[in-house]
Amino acid sequence: MSRERRAARTTAPRTASSAPRGGLGAHSSAHNGAPPKPVLTLDALGKKCPIPIIMLADKIREVPVGQTIEVLADDPAAKTDLPAWCVLKSQEFVSAADLPVGWSFLVRRSY
Amino acid sequence: MPYFDAASAEPLHPSAHEALLTALADGWADPARLHREGRRARLLLDQAREAVAVELGCRPDELAFTASGTQAVHLAVLGAVQARQSATRGPGHLVASAVEHSAVLNAADWLARVSGTAVTITGVDHLGRADVGEFTAAIQRERTLLGCLQSANHEVGTLQPVDDAAAECQRYRVPLLVDAGASAGRLPVPSDWSLLTATARKWGGPAGVGVLAVRKGTRWREPFPADDRENRRVPGFPNVPAILAAAASLTAMTRERGESDAALRALVDRIRAVVPVTVPDSVVHGDPVARLPHIVTFSCLYVDGEALVTELDRAGFSVSSGSACVADTRQPSHVLAAMGALTHGNVRVSLPRGVAAQSVEEFLDVLPRIVASVRDTVKAASSSPAAT
Repeated sequence: MSRERRAARTTAPRTASSAPRGGLGAHSSAHNGAPPKPVLTLDALGKKCPIPIIMLADKIREVPVGQTIEVLADDPAAKTDLPAWCVLKSQEFVSAADLPVGWSFLVRRSY
Repeated sequence: MPYFDAASAEPLHPSAHEALLTALADGWADPARLHREGRRARLLLDQAREAVAVELGCRPDELAFTASGTQAVHLAVLGAVQARQSATRGPGHLVASAVEHSAVLNAADWLARVSGTAVTITGVDHLGRADVGEFTAAIQRERTLLGCLQSANHEVGTLQPVDDAAAECQRYRVPLLVDAGASAGRLPVPSDWSLLTATARKWGGPAGVGVLAVRKGTRWREPFPADDRENRRVPGFPNVPAILAAAASLTAMTRERGESDAALRALVDRIRAVVPVTVPDSVVHGDPVARLPHIVTFSCLYVDGEALVTELDRAGFSVSSGSACVADTRQPSHVLAAMGALTHGNVRVSLPRGVAAQSVEEFLDVLPRIVASVRDTVKAASSSPAAT
């Protein structure tokens, strides 16, 4: 099944939400099951909070607006704090997937 | 050196101190005995029981003193559930909000492991307030033996919709445990409950005294070996001097709370207003209005809670934290996590009775500098990420 790409739009900063996103009649990639491919991956495995968040805050600016950054982290606090950071900073939290140890988090840069 | 951790332990109320010293002289004998020393101890124990029962809105014979709030909770949960479990009818189902004190959640876990009880944990909103709709739906499940909802949250201060939940529990004939540990002595205790628990150290009493109240007509069966003490609910020799001190401080706190409430509430309002302005990238949690008078918790981005608490301690301020790095378990506060709140860089300030407004101003004054300094340290220590 082909994955419809969301057009990169200039949007005002908005809060992360798990509600379905509209856009050019396409289903969001979360609904299609295949996660967006990140353009940058940060390896924060073995690093304790708040380091993974600091890394994300630092490096998200290197990702084009509308593109996705991946953070690998295994600190227990990361599970809550990554989505919480997205809400505070109006970035889009896409998904968290289990790894053998820790998680792979995907965040889409909104602005 | 300002102590801002009243939620863990409220400094001993002067009336408690006095009662403790008196009772050490008069209340050391076995209150179960018929001799004069025993009768004297028994009289003191009965007086303490009556005083506490009045404040908690129950009858003296519904009230038992425990060795801790945690023990009271464990007895409440296990006793209520196990009274209605049986080989033929099965292990049953229990409901608890996600932000209950860990004593409640640990008791639920234990029942799940040991007797196969099904457990449903119900959600809260971003302020930490329990979702009544979700709670109500959960208690309607077949064989629900107990619902658990605290009166107020001990970490963020948010008041819980206990009256609404109690009405639903009554409609569906499910007993309700209200853990009033965070609010007893500070706010009126909810009136509708089947079981109630609380702990003296949070109301200015000594450590080592909890309370378990079981409403007449609520089924309860001793989950551990019992003896004849405390209406067969709590075995073992009661700590009469500590119980007396607990009763004296509850009475005193309740009497003073009108005035005290207003003063503490205003100071917390000040903290809630100032921190987001003076500390960049910080967020204050919990309901700003429907809350306990004395508790406020906030999280600061890009710092770890342990460093923050340590630096504040060096500056003379005693606070606690819900951050993972501070916990023995290395897990973030389950309350903050359930709320979707930021857990790192977390500080909980809980003001004791009589705190000086000046010390709160001093705290607000040093906080931004301390956060900035810890941020610099953490940033310097973090290495650059491996990018692919």
